[in-house]
Parts: sequence; C-alpha cells; structure tokens
Amino acid sequence: MNQKIPFLFLLLGLSALHLGAFFGILITLQYIYPEFLKEALAFNRLREFHVSTLIGWLILTATGGIYYYISKVLNVPLYSKKIMSIQFSILLVCSFAIYYSFLVGKMGGREYLTYHPIISLPILIAWILFAINYFKTLVGKIQNWPVYLWMWGTGIVFMIYHFSESHLWLIPSIRENFIRDITVQWKSYGSFVGSWNMLIYGTAIFLMSKIKNENTVGRGKVAFFFYFLGLSNLMFGWAHHTYFIPTQPWIRIVAYAMSMSEWIIFLSIIISWKKSLNKEAKIKGNFAYKFLLATDFWVFVNLFIALLISIPYINLFTHGTHITVAHSMGTTIGINTTILLASAMFIAYKENAGIIEANTKIIKLGYWLFNGALAGFLTMLMLGGVARSKWTFLSDKTTSFGEMQSSIQPLIVAFLFFGVVLFIGLLFVAIPLIKVYFNKLKK
Amino acid sequence: MAIIVIVFLGYNFFIYTQKPPIEVQKMSEIAIRGEKIYQDNNCTACHQFYGLGGYLGPDLTNVISEEGKGAMYVKAFLNSGIKSMPQFNFSEEEKEALVAFLEAVDETGHYPIYEATHNYGWVSIKYKK
Repeated sequence: MNQKIPFLFLLLGLSALHLGAFFGILITLQYIYPEFLKEALAFNRLREFHVSTLIGWLILTATGGIYYYISKVLNVPLYSKKIMSIQFSILLVCSFAIYYSFLVGKMGGREYLTYHPIISLPILIAWILFAINYFKTLVGKIQNWPVYLWMWGTGIVFMIYHFSESHLWLIPSIRENFIRDITVQWKSYGSFVGSWNMLIYGTAIFLMSKIKNENTVGRGKVAFFFYFLGLSNLMFGWAHHTYFIPTQPWIRIVAYAMSMSEWIIFLSIIISWKKSLNKEAKIKGNFAYKFLLATDFWVFVNLFIALLISIPYINLFTHGTHITVAHSMGTTIGINTTILLASAMFIAYKENAGIIEANTKIIKLGYWLFNGALAGFLTMLMLGGVARSKWTFLSDKTTSFGEMQSSIQPLIVAFLFFGVVLFIGLLFVAIPLIKVYFNKLKK
Repeated sequence: MAIIVIVFLGYNFFIYTQKPPIEVQKMSEIAIRGEKIYQDNNCTACHQFYGLGGYLGPDLTNVISEEGKGAMYVKAFLNSGIKSMPQFNFSEEEKEALVAFLEAVDETGHYPIYEATHNYGWVSIKYKK
C-alpha cells in the first residue's frame, strides 16, 4: 500500500483541481445570479470551497511528485513510507474537516485560511512530518545537491514557518493593532505562496533536467543564482500585497525592490533550456515538454503584467481590482498548473506510456482548450479590473458600487464561458492521467 | 546562507513589533469582538480592507468616514440580504460591535488613495493624522 501513496497524492490532487474548477464555475454563477444557491451555500462560504480546494491541488500534486521522484527516479529509498502514509492520511482527513467547516459555517475568516483555525494544527503536523521524511531521506544520501533538492527542502521548511506565521493573529499583541495584524497576515501569505512556488519551480527544474537528460540544468551557477533570488523574494518580496497599507515606508521600498525579479531569471532558465534541447529530446519529452512550453508562454505573459503592476503609480490604480486577480490566477493556472500537469504527465508516461500515447488526440485537444480559454479568462479579468479602477478613480460618485458591478456583467458572463471551456480542457488532459494512476492503485 | 537567514530573522522581528507611522489606539474590546464577528461570517470573501480581500462587495476601509455613509449606513446594510449578501440576523449588540471594528479600521488610514503624490512612478501615500 505504501508504494501507492505518491499516486494517491496525485489522484487527490487531480480531483482537487477539477473540483476546485467546478466550485469556481458555481461562484461565478453567483456573481451573475445573486440568488443562485444563496440560501444553501452563500458566496461567503462557497468561494472558500473554490480557494481551499485549488490550494489543495497545488500542494498535494507537488508533494506526490516529490515523493515519486525521490523514490522512483532518483532511486533513493524513503526514510519512512509510514510517515508518508500518515502525512497523506492527515491531509485527507483535513480536507474533509475543511469542507465540513465551510458547510456548517464554522469559519476562521482569514483570506486563504478561511476554515476553522483548529484544522491548521494537524496540517502543520503533516508538514513537519514531510520535513522529517524529506531530510532524513536525502541528507547524506546525495552529494552536492542539485538546485531542485534545495528548492524542495527550502519550500518545506519555509512553508512550516510561514504557515505558522499566518496564525500570529491569535496572539493579542498582534491582533490589537490592525496595521500590524494585516501586515503580518499578508506578509505570511506572500511568503507561503513563495514556499509552494519553491516546491513547484523545483519540480520544473527537475523535469527540465530529466527531459534533457542532463544534470547540469539543476547544477549550474544560473540555477543557484535563481534559487537565491527566489529565496530572497520569498523572505522579503511580499510587500506588493501591502503596498498601500500605512506601514513604515522603508518596508514597502525594500520589498518592492525585491519583488518580481525572480520571473526574469526563471524565464531565462527556461529559454536557455529550450534552446539547448535537441530534436530527439523534445520528442522524448512528449506532453511534459509541451506543458513546460506553455509554462514558458504564461511566465512571459505574467512577467509583463507583473512588471507593469509593480510600478507603484500603476499599482495605485490596479490594486484591489480584478487586474490583481488576473495576475494571481495567471500565476496559479498559467504557471503553477502547467508545471504540475507537466509533472503528472511525466510520471504517467513513465508508468504507462501506452495509455498516454493512445490518448494523444484528446490530450492535445485538452491542451489547446486549456491554453486558449485561459487567454480569454485572463483578458476578461483585466477588462473587469479596468472598469473597477475607472469607477474608483474617474467616476463622479453618483454611480453606486452595485451599478458598477452590473455594468461589468457581460465580462463576467464571458469569463464564465472561458472558465467552463478551461474546465473541459483540464478534464480532457486529466482523464488519461487518472486512468494511469488508477491502474497503479489496482496492481 | 547564514547571513541571509540572520537578516531574515531580524527583519521579521521588526515587522512583528513595528509601530505604524501614525499613532493608532489599540483596538477596544468591542472592536475585537466586531472583528471576530467579521471573521466568523467570513466577510473577507466579498469585502476588502486596503484593497485586500474578495471582489464581490465594496472595500470597507473608510466606509465609516466616507461622505454619505457611516455607522447608520453600515447597520442598515447588515441584515438586508441585498443581492449576493447572505441574509444575516445580527443582533443590535453584534451590529454595534461590527461598527466599532469598522471605526477602528477607519482610523488607521485612507483607501483608496486619492491624494497620493507621485514622482517617477514612485507613490507616497497619505497617512491619517
């Protein structure tokens, strides 16, 4: 059974992806039809099913991939398969506990972590178990760690730290001071997003090195420079969230100077990797390679948006609008999801190339539906953000918030359409993957 | 690596203990109670403070001091169940607590920032006196 745990992580992750996307469709319907499900599950609870489930997708799939790569690709025996099973069981139980918390309305009410805070305790224990298993498995077993091992290790340690940090509001001295509280809150969020990015970008570099079949990808000076820049960003680059909170000015200046620089390095690594690929390796890389190319494109798009909204004078108008959502969704879906799908595809191909090859057409269709719909999806958000910003800064104040929201309804309808197509595209990609993983569980 | 970790720890200590650039009173007991009601009902799903939170409802940072709004305006909305807003059933005491919380937030600053000064892309924000 323990051998199957990485596949259980991946299956649970893929289920979370689809369930989370489905909840996304439902909450968009609530934007359009305010009475939809209002009595049973109003927006203040339904939205959290969407957010928490998609965070689950990122973390579970990254974790499953890391366990698989360590034991099946790097061929290092795990320190404890039992710990891995316990970690998975805790996270599974916590997933149900979080849903229960939303269903009965026992909320913590903090953005991202809106479930009851008591559930955070077992989640924290699961992360500590992951850390023990990871370091006990790898320390001393592999000499001169490639950068992806550093990234995974760093992501786990900092996730423990920043996840704990996000609960400092429970301490009265933090909570009593609203500015301190909201600053620490969004500092921790920026950094734990940076932590899971470490797990996911580490996975991207791992995949690049394996598709190219060359270890230098993860060991070069550029890769380590990127690692340190990403680490500095994780530590200090969170303040674009809190740019207009009245904190000490130097906090904003330091963090702003740090933020977003990692995209440039990340892009340069992917480009240099792509350039050096020979044709044979490209074919060998298959769909994993194709998804990393999509990552490449979305990094470019998000880099462009990020650089623009990082200019404080532009940020003044875009902060608190759907443009910020476009940036965060562009990063989560365009970058993180394509990397994790590349990872899921790499593993599935390695385990059962026959199923993937037999489903080439449907995967290709799903791939293009996904990427095409994402472009439309993000465009609608950007346009919605422009409308909200115009209302905030240029309207004569006779237009109410409700009227402004009504005026962007056509954009929300188009957003819903692209969301549904994106969901269908994801489904086409995932069906063959799920087949492979289920087969592994049956054996 | 050691240097970066030491800088990080020092930096965190400063953030956790920072005094904001303006004098702000500690939140009162009733305001903290109001914040708890705000959290228990997950108001952040729809509303924002300083542009942070959900997008279905308006930003509430200065809803108390904004012209044409204020405590009565907020109270009138709370149990209205208007549009997507859930049909809450807050008692008068709970409404008072929520208003006290919103008053405490309002005292901390301005958002959106209409009176920012800017120079070569950099923006200096206006602090509340």
